[in-house]
Amino acid sequence: MHEWALAEAVLKSAEQVAEKENLREVTEVTIKVGELQQIEAPILRFALNQLKLGSFKKAKFRILKAKSTLKCRVCGTIWEFSFRKLDKAAAEAIHFVPEVAHSYIKCPKCCSPDFEIVSGRGVWLENIQGVKSE
Amino acid sequence: MIDPRTSVITERLAHVGRIVAVSSGKGGVGKSMVATALALSLAREGCQVGLFDLDFTGPSTHIILGTPSNLQPKEKKGIVPPNFEGLSYMSLVYYVGDNPAPLRGADITNALIELLSVTQWGTLDFLVIDMPPGIGDAVLDLIRLVRRIEFLIVTTPSLLAFEVVKKQVSLLCELQMPIVGVVENMKMDKANDVQLAVHKLGLRYLGAIPYDAAVEAAIGNPQKLLETAIGQTLGQIKKASANQRGKPHFL
Repeated sequence: MHEWALAEAVLKSAEQVAEKENLREVTEVTIKVGELQQIEAPILRFALNQLKLGSFKKAKFRILKAKSTLKCRVCGTIWEFSFRKLDKAAAEAIHFVPEVAHSYIKCPKCCSPDFEIVSGRGVWLENIQGVKSE
Repeated sequence: MIDPRTSVITERLAHVGRIVAVSSGKGGVGKSMVATALALSLAREGCQVGLFDLDFTGPSTHIILGTPSNLQPKEKKGIVPPNFEGLSYMSLVYYVGDNPAPLRGADITNALIELLSVTQWGTLDFLVIDMPPGIGDAVLDLIRLVRRIEFLIVTTPSLLAFEVVKKQVSLLCELQMPIVGVVENMKMDKANDVQLAVHKLGLRYLGAIPYDAAVEAAIGNPQKLLETAIGQTLGQIKKASANQRGKPHFL
């Protein structure tokens, strides 16, 4: 599962933050998941729980979904991404590499593929809470 | 907010021996042909080899290899590149098919980080990377993200190509990136200007690949490609520089 690789990255990155912030026990990790990548939150959560070790053993994972906003660089139109408008193969391709959206999505106004992914691209580590070492 | 993906890139490449970026400041010098032939040639010798097409906006190694349209990576705790002709082969083509991929710099960076963070290469002796031309985002990102990368530079005898290559070499030297050497492709005479200029730059001139009209007919046929001047010359370069254990060490 692709979500497993991302879960590994989230945990590795969270470990680095916990170490930097001197946390002996991590209680909660907040992750933001952009709609564009269509990450399966239950699979991501399952993978995170399976992979967590050491100071993360009791950590809970809060997964927030973020709307994906796209902005046309040609005409300035801003619109929200919806995977319901895509066929299955295109949606799956974007799931693996969100940037290939440029191969399948066009500006609804001027049809340009030259748009910016303003928000809601992939997976982000938003916040970590825990108990500091004395 | 932190992008967690870069934290696992080193781990994903932990069991890859050498990472060789086949690169050139100039386009049209035959980088993709050389990268593909090099990867195939190493694989034929029994090495575990990966080939990664990093020319996201103009990929061509799938055409050179003749991969079938249904070739796809497997999903297993990430993406596992399929094996084709003895190569673990990765390309953005799996996700864009025949569609154009009009990507700007930030998109190229993001796509590269995504693929480096989720691709499970496993154990490889060599990972050969077919670079896009120039010294833009892909080159700078690879240097930033994969510190132990080495560059194999391709040029042609043309002054136009070599002058641009010199700028690339200058940048790589400034950044203290290892350059394994320079290959002169599509050579049509016996002039040694490029060889002398390469030596003047303090680099290894690995050899000259004669222009071979048969290369075009070998597109889509890996075995034929290895029989062309590209495949044969790369074989000779490897043989001439093989170390005591018989492993090609010009790389």
